Amino acid sequence: MADPEIKSYAPHHESRSAAVTESRPAQAVLMAIVFAFLGIFLLLPLIIVFHEALAKGVGAYTQSLNDADTRSAIRLTLLVAAISVPLNIVFGISAAWAIAKFEFKGKAFLTTLIDLPFSVSPVISGLVYVLLFGAQGLLGGWLKAHGIVILFAVPGIVLATVFVTFPFVARELIPLMQEQGNGDEEAALSLGANGWQTFWYVTLPNVKWGLLYGVLLCNARAMGEFGAVSVVSGHIRGLTNTMPLHVEILYNEYNAVGAFAVASLLAGLALVTLVLKTLLEMRYGAEIAATRGH
Amino acid sequence: MEVRVANVRKEFDRFPALHDVSLDIKSGELIALLGPSGSGKTTLLRLIAGLERPTRGNIFFGDEDASHKSIQDRNVGFVFQHYALFRHMTVADNIGFGLKVRHGPSRPPAQEIRRRASELLDLVQLSGLEKRYPAQLSGGQRQRVALARAMAIEPKVLLLDEPFGALDAQVRRELRRWLREIHDATGHTTVFVTHDQEEALELADRVVVMSQGRIEQVGTADDIYDTPNSPFVYGFIGESSSLPVKVENGEIWLADRPIGLAAPNEPSGDGTLYFRPHDVELLDGCSGCIAGTVAASRRVAGTRRVELEIGGERQRVEIELPVDHPAAQKSRVAFRPGRWKLFPAA
Repeated sequence: MADPEIKSYAPHHESRSAAVTESRPAQAVLMAIVFAFLGIFLLLPLIIVFHEALAKGVGAYTQSLNDADTRSAIRLTLLVAAISVPLNIVFGISAAWAIAKFEFKGKAFLTTLIDLPFSVSPVISGLVYVLLFGAQGLLGGWLKAHGIVILFAVPGIVLATVFVTFPFVARELIPLMQEQGNGDEEAALSLGANGWQTFWYVTLPNVKWGLLYGVLLCNARAMGEFGAVSVVSGHIRGLTNTMPLHVEILYNEYNAVGAFAVASLLAGLALVTLVLKTLLEMRYGAEIAATRGH
Repeated sequence: MEVRVANVRKEFDRFPALHDVSLDIKSGELIALLGPSGSGKTTLLRLIAGLERPTRGNIFFGDEDASHKSIQDRNVGFVFQHYALFRHMTVADNIGFGLKVRHGPSRPPAQEIRRRASELLDLVQLSGLEKRYPAQLSGGQRQRVALARAMAIEPKVLLLDEPFGALDAQVRRELRRWLREIHDATGHTTVFVTHDQEEALELADRVVVMSQGRIEQVGTADDIYDTPNSPFVYGFIGESSSLPVKVENGEIWLADRPIGLAAPNEPSGDGTLYFRPHDVELLDGCSGCIAGTVAASRRVAGTRRVELEIGGERQRVEIELPVDHPAAQKSRVAFRPGRWKLFPAA
């Protein structure tokens, strides 16, 4: 009975799904919502950071950056990034290589494990290290007996940062390597190359843009990490404070200019990362697209 | 270099991809491994290359057992199905790669590598493209670069996996002729995998027909086409029609009548008769023949394909007729196969 009615509706539905059918005003409203959202939640805070940092003039800004504790926080942050980023490049490439190029049992489990730092709250990852290496922790007694200090010291901060930033490089490389497959490597081997030559001349150049991209993100996160580092650092001024921790301390001491001055450096890092990423994509867009498959 | 595959078995996760395969390849021969997908032809090629290790059996290069040598040490030139050119290297660097990664005194100086690369580019008729990147080449050009790269290491054996699979028909035919010329000029022992029988029959000295992890038949194009040794080969190579028949006292019977074909050496019993649709003799009367009603008729290039319905069992066979032959319009056609083969029921 309902047959004729259904038929009369069918062409109507087809024309709707064929192309853009939203009216011009509707499009404008959608775009306005997006821009307003980004403006309020992303752009405005960024402006406020720089505004507050420079509220008492450039002199006060540079002076607060010159403070000894601030400088040691910057040095520590750079040191932590300089250790954890290379470590994660090695781990990330190894993990991506293992997952993309080999077949083995527990592969799915390993993939899930790599994502763990993304799904666990950073505070928890910090706490786990406390439970492991703390005085009452699992390895605490042994470490103490051998005079090794991990918690509330640089090694603990590095460990926590490595944990939190682990997925960035691996996650960037796994899909890329999986898509590229083993063909190029097999070709290199058949031409007589050994494993290292194959890696240096073939695999690495094939993934270099993805790798660089992963390193950029990994670095930004390593310098900006707060939660996990906060738990293991102990907040010792001039010794175990990284930049994000130092921002918090200064802010809690009502030193707004100091806090926002350090924050402006972190914000600057974010901006530089963004610009680099955009430049990479603009300059090498075609090449990046090409390495992601013809 | 002679290559001998001796009783090789290959399993992937307990699933056998090759069962007890043996094959002798003569030095300088051009061999095609032909079969449908899943027949094990690519696995056999990769085993010869050393990209896979046999589960059982051995592979000999000359007198030397190469079964446990790695691909680097076997000195084979492998051309991959999708070329696997190094996309960040120029054509010249791609071709020179195999020489560049050598160690010690066997590694030629950079200038010599460049010279070799342009020599090979001349050979594959791509002179002047040294500085191009793979992405800037057409499919056919990439294939040629891949071949030049494989030949740069002066391999003992040249192995090609579906060398023309990804190219359009025109380029395919051209490259086929060209590969034959290169082979004749360089004399490499060459093995290629294909699922295209026309390619295999036209190009190869000998064709290895494979099915379900086994070698069905090895022979020249004439052997394979004219005297297929199994129902699979008969059905797979060229066009074929088949009918279920019976053998009684050395005579072949279709349903309740003899069809005028003698099979004196065949034991009595059920079997299947195979013949080529174009190789039939049309008859007027029918005392000892196959007769059927025209069920469908199609024009195929210079001939006409007629589908006949045979007897009461509604068996259909195809035969080929000249376009203007009156039989094509007749409702009833009688014929007898010219060349045929009977395979007894298993």
